[in-house]
Amino acid sequence: MITILYFARLRESLGKTSEEIALPPAVGDLDALRALLRQRGGAWAEEMADGRQLRAAVNQDLAQADARIGDGDEIAFFPPVTGG
Amino acid sequence: MPVRVQTEDFDAGHEIAMLRRGNPAVGAIASFIGVVRDVNDGNDVAEMTLEHYPGMTEKAIAEIIEQAKARWKIFDSLVIHRIGCLKPLDQIVLVVVTGAHRGEAFAACEFIMDYLKTRAPFWKKEQTPLGARWVESRESDDRAVERWRSKE
Repeated sequence: MITILYFARLRESLGKTSEEIALPPAVGDLDALRALLRQRGGAWAEEMADGRQLRAAVNQDLAQADARIGDGDEIAFFPPVTGG
Repeated sequence: MPVRVQTEDFDAGHEIAMLRRGNPAVGAIASFIGVVRDVNDGNDVAEMTLEHYPGMTEKAIAEIIEQAKARWKIFDSLVIHRIGCLKPLDQIVLVVVTGAHRGEAFAACEFIMDYLKTRAPFWKKEQTPLGARWVESRESDDRAVERWRSKE
């Protein structure tokens, strides 16, 4: 299982703060996970679309699309940050 | 703790006094305070809500401070960032850096703030006369960080 967290605009448009899913064997990196979530359609297809400005973290470190993910990981998706 | 994420306001004078207390080697203290404005992107802002990623936010800021320490000779630093509901005039963020000399302290303070703006997971949602909206990230913030990379 992996935990996925959603923040800010994504949390609102997807209607979810977090979820746990079983990681399919074919999904080995962030990009593949994003594609998997995109298949849910609707707001998911929109927010996870390729052109969409999206940031991600694996185990609380900012990560690129090719970052490897595995069982037990905490993944987070969020828009570009706007603090300060 | 050199990193604090909190809903409460802060007193910069008190925080600076605590950070340099008992350290006669400190010859320079640089600080930055970010404040909520009443206008953004052409619209009045009545209030904003700041959200963060508990755990990652603190970790990301601590890593930025470590990078600053590796780059400049500074003694201590402190970052306080507020979350929750904030109104125009409210303080949002405080960065304080102590060092022997002003050059290092100024540079490290600006570096920490530039990286915080683009790396630390915070998000602002504004209330405007047109309704609530998530603040978009700025390209100027990305350029501010690029500036430090090109100096490496």
